[in-house]
Amino acid sequence: MRFSPGKYLKKNTEAAPLAVFRLFFGIMMFASIVRFWLNGWIEKLYIAPKFFFSYYGFEWVKPLGDFTYLIFIICGIAALMVAAGYKYRLAIVLFFLSFTYIELMDKTTYLNHYYFISILSFLMIFLPANVYFSVDAFRDPAKAFQKIPNWCVDSIKLLLGIVYFYAGLAKINSDWLFRAMPLKIWLPSKYDLPLLGDLMQQEWVHYAFSWSGMLYDLFIPFLLLWKKTRFPAFIMVIIFHVLTRVLFPIGMFPYIMIVSALIFFSPKLHHRILKKISGWLKISKQRFDNSRTLVFAGLKQQLSLAVVSVFFIIQISFPWRYLLYPGELFWTEEGFRFSWRVMLMEKAGYAQFKVVDGETGKRFYVDNSDFLTPFQEKQMSFQPDFIIEYAHFLAEHFKKDGHKNIEIYVDSYVALNGRKSAPYIDPEVNLLNFADSFEHKTFILPFNDEIKGL
Amino acid sequence: MIRISRILVLATLVFAACSTEDDSNGGGNSNDNFDRGAMLANWADNVIVPSFENFQSETQKLEAAAKNFAANPEMSELEALRAQYEDAYLEFQTVSMFQIGKAEELNYRNFLNTYPVNESSLESKIASGEYNLSLPSSFTEQGFPALDYLLYGYGSAEATLEKLGGNENYSNYLVAISERINALTSEVTASWQGDFRDTFVNNTGSSSTGSVDRFTNDYVMYFEKILRSGKIGYPSGALTGTPSPGNAEALYAGISKELYLKAFNSFEDFYKGKTGPSYSQYLDYLGSMKDGSDLDALIRDQFEAIKAQSADLNNNLKSQVESDNTKMLTAFDELQKAVILLKVDMMQSLSTSVDYVDSDGD
Repeated sequence: MRFSPGKYLKKNTEAAPLAVFRLFFGIMMFASIVRFWLNGWIEKLYIAPKFFFSYYGFEWVKPLGDFTYLIFIICGIAALMVAAGYKYRLAIVLFFLSFTYIELMDKTTYLNHYYFISILSFLMIFLPANVYFSVDAFRDPAKAFQKIPNWCVDSIKLLLGIVYFYAGLAKINSDWLFRAMPLKIWLPSKYDLPLLGDLMQQEWVHYAFSWSGMLYDLFIPFLLLWKKTRFPAFIMVIIFHVLTRVLFPIGMFPYIMIVSALIFFSPKLHHRILKKISGWLKISKQRFDNSRTLVFAGLKQQLSLAVVSVFFIIQISFPWRYLLYPGELFWTEEGFRFSWRVMLMEKAGYAQFKVVDGETGKRFYVDNSDFLTPFQEKQMSFQPDFIIEYAHFLAEHFKKDGHKNIEIYVDSYVALNGRKSAPYIDPEVNLLNFADSFEHKTFILPFNDEIKGL
Repeated sequence: MIRISRILVLATLVFAACSTEDDSNGGGNSNDNFDRGAMLANWADNVIVPSFENFQSETQKLEAAAKNFAANPEMSELEALRAQYEDAYLEFQTVSMFQIGKAEELNYRNFLNTYPVNESSLESKIASGEYNLSLPSSFTEQGFPALDYLLYGYGSAEATLEKLGGNENYSNYLVAISERINALTSEVTASWQGDFRDTFVNNTGSSSTGSVDRFTNDYVMYFEKILRSGKIGYPSGALTGTPSPGNAEALYAGISKELYLKAFNSFEDFYKGKTGPSYSQYLDYLGSMKDGSDLDALIRDQFEAIKAQSADLNNNLKSQVESDNTKMLTAFDELQKAVILLKVDMMQSLSTSVDYVDSDGD
């Protein structure tokens, strides 16, 4: 019973689960784009602001004015093409690029969910999601296969498993488990929920939610994998995500996760789903059931496997990069993003920037609302990489205005998970002496408390 | 089993989709829950509406005094008008922070109290006799700062009487701006006496459009921008590095400290809630479940520190800037400490979203 990679790679399975996944993924992405547009967020988040915060190394990715809408149109159309499995490879590449471009435009809007969508669509580039129940397979029977290698379906399960498991690991810390933070701040403010409102005021509820959230995230991938627990686990997935949807402004993500979890079920279920859909669409499902097996061979197999392997090695190791930095992760946020640290912090800050003429000592304070939206100001005020980027932007701006010998200082305070606000950035440091980098930011003042745990 | 799960998926999606409209205004008034409805009602009925009513009676008297003076430009009428201007200006400090609803729609505070006044354009408008006070560009030519300039800017009472009394353009303008102060105030007061009170009090929702969220944003913003920056920060140059005493409130009448303290005390009273629940009690309720420092006590202590320090200030903040600006800068620093407690710690404890950001979260 030894696990043999060679044998494993030769194992095949039905293509139906992957096809169902592709179909629902495309539809949900299309709905997300439409929802984003209808909410007016394209205008509000990507067109109205005067300044955008860039990811390190991606400073060249900026909104394109009114053409930004075009990126969203491309993304929406690509999502529909993915759903239909029409020119799939082109569609998923387009979707990955346009969606990722949108996310890179301004890191103010960073959400783990968006990062998940980005890397998932990247992974899907290398998966044969269009060989079954797709326009591509319908039009060209030579490209139609009923069976595909097992690893193609398993890689989606693995990615979902990583997301949950790492989110669970991140919750093993003293703030979450022993102070019930930040749920203790967030839940009481939901006092107006029907039925649940009063319950949300109870301290034991905060602790119960914290602990069960941690256990859920850690164990749900395994419970979904194991056939005997799969069905109750799926019920838990539904309850958990619906609850988060009710309690928090979390958008489309709960639906995406619920539907994604279907991939853990056996192909039988997926065939039934596709049969139902075939009935509605009045197409013949039998046409796809050709018993042919897709075999990756030669260079194509090696390339796909190499990319997917490297992808997962990065996914598994990247969240641990925070260990390379000194200081408390929640305070410095060095290595915080892209690590499935979801809902862990309630952080608020206040940052008042001072522009000083190094020679004359003349100084004045900046009104952040002159340059940033309230949302951007909020995000900037407690994240050091935002603060440093903004400081450089301010220097550029005031240089153009004719100011000389510019130095930028910031008086900033941050409150983390219900602690009293404390000074955050060294007020004596000229921020222009620092450029953003992956190195530890020495101008962050130490955190005067300890959060134990991973 | 698979059949059941499919039905469940559908049912769940439907349920979840329906719950999207979760901005409901469920009362949720059980005894172990802090009653936000009662807090809003206390704010409206015991603070906001009475404050506006008091202020309105002052602005009525102000309009009457201005008309009296225009009809009968004598020293006694001028003195009555000057006194009434001071009374009304002082009372204005009790309502200035309530820039919500009708006041927000009308840009009420900007029309009544944008300073410093633009003297040259004010003079040219008076000379031409042509002006439209409802334009936003005329913020700096009306309201209390304009009255301050006209009633005290020409020096002694005799000089002022000579300047204003013999010239109809001046008395017409005095009447026009007094009328406008009164008219805007009547409009705002009437909306609070009418439907807006109920709209405000009943909007107990926890979303960013709920009354508590919206009001808290405005309330904290008022403290930072209007009280701290406007009254102390700009004249002292704490924000610019260059003191500019000409930016003091009530520049000519020289009552800036009194106005500042009135505004500060009103702000503090509001925080403490006077006769009913307000932020102080709300924080206490939330704090009772939270370890660490007692935020309500920290805020109250900081308010005391601000008041204690203000005893050192000259009655005329303009003179204080000119004679010993360090005391003004100290005042600013004390106010700044309160800004951080209110804007960072209090807003976090209340879980108030900063302004109306309604995008998704993690």
